[in-house]
Amino acid sequence: MSETTNRLRSGQQDPMWVRYLAITISLAFTSLMLVLPLCVVFWEALRKGVWVYFAAFQDRNAIQAIYMTCLAAGIAVPLNLVFGIAASWAIAKFSFRGKGFLIALIDLPFAISPVISGLVYILVFGMQGWLGKWLEGYGIQIIFAVPGIVLATIFVTFPFVARELIPLMEEQGSEEEWAAISLGASGWQTFWRVTLPNIKWGVLYGVLLCNARAMGEFGAVSVVSSNIRGGTNTLPLHIDALHADYNSVAAFSMASILALLGVVTLIGKTLLERKLVNESSQSLESTATGDAI
Amino acid sequence: MSIEVKNISKTFGSFTALKNISLKIENGELISLLGPSGSGKTTLLRVIAGMELPDPSPDSQVLFFGEDVANRPVGDRKVGFVFQHYALFKHMSVYENIAFGLRVRPRALRPNEATIREKVHSLLALIQLEGFGSRFPKQLSGGQRQRVALARALAIEPQVLLLDEPFGALDAKVRKGLRDWLRGLHDELNTTTILVTHDQEEALEVSDRVVVMNQARIEQVGAPAEVFHHPESEFVIDFLGNVNVFQGRINQGQAVLENMRVKLSDPTIPDGEQAKVYVRPNDITIDKNSIGDSSIEASVTRINRAGVQAKLSLASKNNEEIRVDVSMERLLELGLQLGDTVYVHPTKARVFVPDYTI
Repeated sequence: MSETTNRLRSGQQDPMWVRYLAITISLAFTSLMLVLPLCVVFWEALRKGVWVYFAAFQDRNAIQAIYMTCLAAGIAVPLNLVFGIAASWAIAKFSFRGKGFLIALIDLPFAISPVISGLVYILVFGMQGWLGKWLEGYGIQIIFAVPGIVLATIFVTFPFVARELIPLMEEQGSEEEWAAISLGASGWQTFWRVTLPNIKWGVLYGVLLCNARAMGEFGAVSVVSSNIRGGTNTLPLHIDALHADYNSVAAFSMASILALLGVVTLIGKTLLERKLVNESSQSLESTATGDAI
Repeated sequence: MSIEVKNISKTFGSFTALKNISLKIENGELISLLGPSGSGKTTLLRVIAGMELPDPSPDSQVLFFGEDVANRPVGDRKVGFVFQHYALFKHMSVYENIAFGLRVRPRALRPNEATIREKVHSLLALIQLEGFGSRFPKQLSGGQRQRVALARALAIEPQVLLLDEPFGALDAKVRKGLRDWLRGLHDELNTTTILVTHDQEEALEVSDRVVVMNQARIEQVGAPAEVFHHPESEFVIDFLGNVNVFQGRINQGQAVLENMRVKLSDPTIPDGEQAKVYVRPNDITIDKNSIGDSSIEASVTRINRAGVQAKLSLASKNNEEIRVDVSMERLLELGLQLGDTVYVHPTKARVFVPDYTI
């Protein structure tokens, strides 16, 4: 009998050497391409000692860059959070004309290069653009200023929250909401007491990814910011500028912040994914049996 | 509370869910909407609850106690709605689930914490789940969850209970227990209850009246015994339990199939019409010898002894299946074996002639 099970097992599995080869290749590739550069960032940053590392943060331009990055993310993430919840609510709970188009539109920033989005904003809001002159009349400058950076950041981080919530909300359906409404709850009460608690881990997950991208965005922001040091430079732009100046310790010190953000995001993401599986498996459990009309 | 719907139609795109439905539900009644998937029964329930709006039409109305509720949203209709998949708030404890309807009231109408506690505890007692208040829905069995859903709906003291396949997701034994319990609860609370189900046994057992629905229409409304024994359409007789169908021809006021004759209640049907003769497995006698000119010859293909009655499958000479239920005593008496030739004779039959439905 053990002979048959052995034969069965070897029939289901690939030969030993294939397994080892596959594992070795993927581990080696991940180490070389992902882990090694990450280590190099911290290695380079700390190469000349901890004092030099921290000195890099005392630079006025560095502080301004960190501030700009936090400002852009601080505006873009909440806005995309509100938008993402509203859009996924609309898409998952109602059926309306143009729904497919809306879903496709939400994905647009994933599909096109961030640089193009930056250029489009220049075309619209720039001095030579369609609205630039008119806005200037009111003393409003968008391009090469904070609003432009915020706009560009919103654009590239647009899909994260919505993309995360649409499948989750679709899977959960709207029965709980109907139950709440039939019990006399208002739309607002239903949202706060029933819908939001059901999607909270998904929301957090989306916000985490959205924030990581908002803080790390280079392309779109680079086009609209014009690299004014100590002015409109965000952290990624500042790193690029430092690197161009052959100031590698400072560049890598700054880069280590973003790298750290990445590591924290990754850990948070892993923890949240576990919660998310719970969230959706519970709703699956309650809808698994039949769907008679 | 008496509820009346008049001339209600509902379409979803090209799909017609309800076609000109009118129905009156009496105060204190437990009525079942019975039908297969897609017959429109759930849609009718949701229209009554206010979760679906009927197609706009000048003469369509939903009346609660004679009052048109078209402009009253779901929350103002005071209906207790119970869903097939419970729809409990999974992040709230059983206690909070039941208290929900009280907590979301406008401040002026909201009872204080002590009143809420008293109410929730009395409901927990009613559903026999005292001591379960701090549990979460996922820690309960299906039957317990559905009882909590019912308690949650009852907390707002609804004038009418609307149950959408409430036991559909439960296994047979739990379902039967809950069904009896529900009937007791309905009588105790003296509410009006509308139960949607596709389970004919459930509908026939608990309801005061049954509404049989098919393809967006009401086929028949009546007391369980009435729809079971006097089905008005082929669909109803077919849907309510097993039935044998024989193809025959009308001859001198009788339906003739092979050498069996069934008398018609309407002798005016012209000769030569095609007739469908419906006979329930219970309404067939079986013998080893021919009983004159009103029996069919068949051979025994299967004997199932599991049950109060034995279920036989027979094959007629045309190789059509005939199902017969006989008592165990009768089975022993006949000493039937597989392959035996027997003669069957319907004691009661319904004849339907296309366009001449009797």
